[in-house]
Amino acid sequence: MSSVSVPAEERPGLLRRPTAVTGLWSWFTTVDHKKIGILYGLTAFVFFLVGGLEALLIRSQLAQPNGKLLTAAQYDQVFTMHGLTMVFLFVMPMSAAFLNYMIPLMIGARDVAFPRLNAFSYWLFLFGGLFLYSSFFLGGAPNGGWFGYAPNSTTDPSPGMTFYALGLLLAGIASTAGAINLGVTVLNMRAPGMSFFRVPVFVWMGLVVQMLLAFSLPIITVALIELLFDRRFGTHFFDPAVGGDPLLWQHLFWLFGHPEVYILILPAFGIFSEVLPVFSRKPLFGYQFVVFSGISIGFIGFGVWAHHMFAVGLGPVANTAFGISTAIIAVPTGVKIFNWMATMHGGDLRFTTAMLFSVGGVMNFVIGGLSGVTHAIVPADYQQTDTYYIVAHFHYVLFGGAVLGIFSGLFYWWPKVFGRMLGEKLGKVQFWLMVIGLNLTFGPMHILGLQGMIRRTYTYPASLGLTFWNQVATVGSFTIAAGVLVFVVNAVSSLRGPKDAPADPWDGRTLEWMTSSPPPVHNFDEIPTVHALDEFWHRKYTEDKSGRPVPVQAGASEQPHPGGGGHEIHLPGPSYWPLVGALGLQLVGYGIIYGWWLAFVGAALLLVGVFGWALEPSAE
Amino acid sequence: MRSGGKGTLRKRVLWVMGLVALALVVAACAPHASQDTLKPQGPYAREIKSLFIPVLWVAAAVFLIVEGGIVWIIVKYRHRKGRDRMPAQTHGNTRLEIGWTIAPALVLAVVMVPTVATIWDLASKPPSNAINVTVTGRQWWWKFEYTDPDMKTAAGGQIVTANEMVIPTGRTVYLTVTADSDPGAHTTDGLPGFAVIHSFWVPELAGKQDAIPTRENHILMQADHPGIYHGQCAEFCGLSHGIMRVQVRAVTPQEFDAWVANQKLDALTPQPGTLAATGMQDFTGGQCIVCHAIAGIPNATADAGPNLTHFASRGCFAGCLLDNQNADDIRRWLEDPAAVKPGAKMPNYHLSPEQIDALVAYLMSLK
Repeated sequence: MSSVSVPAEERPGLLRRPTAVTGLWSWFTTVDHKKIGILYGLTAFVFFLVGGLEALLIRSQLAQPNGKLLTAAQYDQVFTMHGLTMVFLFVMPMSAAFLNYMIPLMIGARDVAFPRLNAFSYWLFLFGGLFLYSSFFLGGAPNGGWFGYAPNSTTDPSPGMTFYALGLLLAGIASTAGAINLGVTVLNMRAPGMSFFRVPVFVWMGLVVQMLLAFSLPIITVALIELLFDRRFGTHFFDPAVGGDPLLWQHLFWLFGHPEVYILILPAFGIFSEVLPVFSRKPLFGYQFVVFSGISIGFIGFGVWAHHMFAVGLGPVANTAFGISTAIIAVPTGVKIFNWMATMHGGDLRFTTAMLFSVGGVMNFVIGGLSGVTHAIVPADYQQTDTYYIVAHFHYVLFGGAVLGIFSGLFYWWPKVFGRMLGEKLGKVQFWLMVIGLNLTFGPMHILGLQGMIRRTYTYPASLGLTFWNQVATVGSFTIAAGVLVFVVNAVSSLRGPKDAPADPWDGRTLEWMTSSPPPVHNFDEIPTVHALDEFWHRKYTEDKSGRPVPVQAGASEQPHPGGGGHEIHLPGPSYWPLVGALGLQLVGYGIIYGWWLAFVGAALLLVGVFGWALEPSAE
Repeated sequence: MRSGGKGTLRKRVLWVMGLVALALVVAACAPHASQDTLKPQGPYAREIKSLFIPVLWVAAAVFLIVEGGIVWIIVKYRHRKGRDRMPAQTHGNTRLEIGWTIAPALVLAVVMVPTVATIWDLASKPPSNAINVTVTGRQWWWKFEYTDPDMKTAAGGQIVTANEMVIPTGRTVYLTVTADSDPGAHTTDGLPGFAVIHSFWVPELAGKQDAIPTRENHILMQADHPGIYHGQCAEFCGLSHGIMRVQVRAVTPQEFDAWVANQKLDALTPQPGTLAATGMQDFTGGQCIVCHAIAGIPNATADAGPNLTHFASRGCFAGCLLDNQNADDIRRWLEDPAAVKPGAKMPNYHLSPEQIDALVAYLMSLK
């Protein structure tokens, strides 16, 4: 730990640390969780736009039977990159953005546990994403689906699936480091008095997600390394002709892949659990049940992977067991929905855009949850798996649930992060465009799937009778795109406007609303001592005799401190070594494809980064 | 925020109702889908539908209760202008929590009982009179081998066909589903047809099972009525996955017996001097024989491409993209296979128009 108040000239040694905390270069060396959060969010949003364009390509291709916009080879790359982008380069890092920015603020900490590791995670995620996308210019993007089933993925001659294996390995290292970092932060750095049952639900869900990441990423890592070895070094893990087993990939992939679903959705559940109480002016109903159902979803999430494989022929015993476990995981999910309903019941509901996105998110997630339960009906899944019915299901979960949750979080926390409000009018226009658009896009896909439209198909003949609903879906997808465009306009005009957001614009309940908007670099002038769940609310309101909250008299509570203090507060100094190390790892990735000399250069750079990191002065 | 009041909610409800009404009207007019899982044409597909539909109603009921409840709550408890009400700070209710934990669990338990029964039912052994067919997925077409002892051909092997499977109505067909590569194929792109995972699916007759190299899965299939039933590969298997189609032709038992009798015969030899006879010479003297089998022609036993012995008796070829009875379709294929089916493993041999005419005549003679 170095002090921001120590001038650079006094720092000893060759490996002097950068000191600037403002200006362009500071973004490259920052270890401030708030700046890293913004970097994560911005990068993820750009990838969201790219993945959205890919979605529009898909929908344009399928708008007519025998579509000619894309060739089969191009379509395979586009649908694969759409999935990879939305999962690994948008929803995951966007959740990382929220968790990075908000966890320290919500638990009353000054930063995350390992600030430089945090920067390393971000840079490696960025370089991993760029690595994946560079494949478009280097012989072809991944084309075997985000699920990358072997042996199709091992035998395909284009380099795409090698980029897939290496790109996901890079992103996986980034996520693993992030998971350890944020997990330790929640476990170790809570403000005095913040016992586990005083931790906001968003932070709880964040913690569950970090645990899921820490335990599921090693599994996909094994699978990806085997895939890489099969493709690059002539091993035969998945090659049945010489005794390998193609199902090995599927088990490994889905043993990661199903927890991954909860990695994507639980942060949104956390956002619903913050936003609904604030705009209902009531505490979350059944806090402990919501927390425990989140934890149990995390555990049971590791026990349902084979429901992705009901048609694989695992036999009736396995299909029965995984059918039942799939039904069981619906229970804790249902508990959450009932608790959100009960939270709103009896409240004073203020329909801000953030609230609309949360209510809309819950309502649309319910549709995805119910279609998910039908997957537990194993024989029905023999008909539905690999059809658009599945595409409909998981888009209601991931778009209806996770993406609407993300936008709810963006509208809710935007003033805290940028010190400016987002436009409510534009926000509502965006909300309705997106909700109508998503139902037009993904609703008809249920029908298409039941009518026999397979997934991952670049075309369909008119004779299958699928044209009409495909056209509806395409119209819907452009409606969503219009909504996203409205958000971009809203965000840009907000960022150009004056910094006039109050510290607590929503009458918030949690600690992040105690500090200024945006928060000072050290978050809190004084670390708050926590006495209750919804600590900030309890500082603002006390209960009268009938149990109704009444505002605490002025001066009786601690007031939010605007920024400007920060003397004698020790903060980690900026560092460029995380960036150097991450760049080295990316070069190793290219080296594995293009030649060992490049891998050695990358490894050397990584070593320089690691040693620089270890040896740079922690001037004190 | 005030604009979340009555107007928006009413609009929202109207929107939803309008959309539902529109959807129903339009759905009623939508054309018949020919791979419809909800229009089963045999007992095994029907068994799945009759399990799924009640569950769908249960889900619909839950949907109405939950979404209706949310709509009711957001209408009733919305913030009203000019009234700064501070709601009671309810923190929870353990009885309610336990209630809504147990209720969905009970519903699910009820639903899972027939589910498990059906899982085991569909995994059971076929009736003793079932016809056994081994279905093999390749990049990108399906091969069918009738493996019963009474399905031996004059040439000594089993009846083998491709793309179109013929079955009798009213009798169970027990499919053994697998996948392999096409041994010895000479391909356009220099790549073999790889042994990858496919999934065999004819929605109106049965659920799907994956076709996995070196593994065997089973499907119980039966058709009530004669007809053509469309299907396609459901597991992503590479470039032409989207057009790896298949069809099942169900015929009456008498027609099936006649079909079997014909399939057992060696291929017809065209009259000398006809165009078809020239085509046969092109077949044996050219590259065709390297990959394709035709029973009755010496050395024409290769298994890399579809068996052509009774090519003209089938309804479709090239992954069911083309029609065997259509000379132009066959010509299109022979001119450039990859132009029809991206990545097709059959190379373009740049045949002359004369050769193509002769081969078309020959192929169309292989009844």
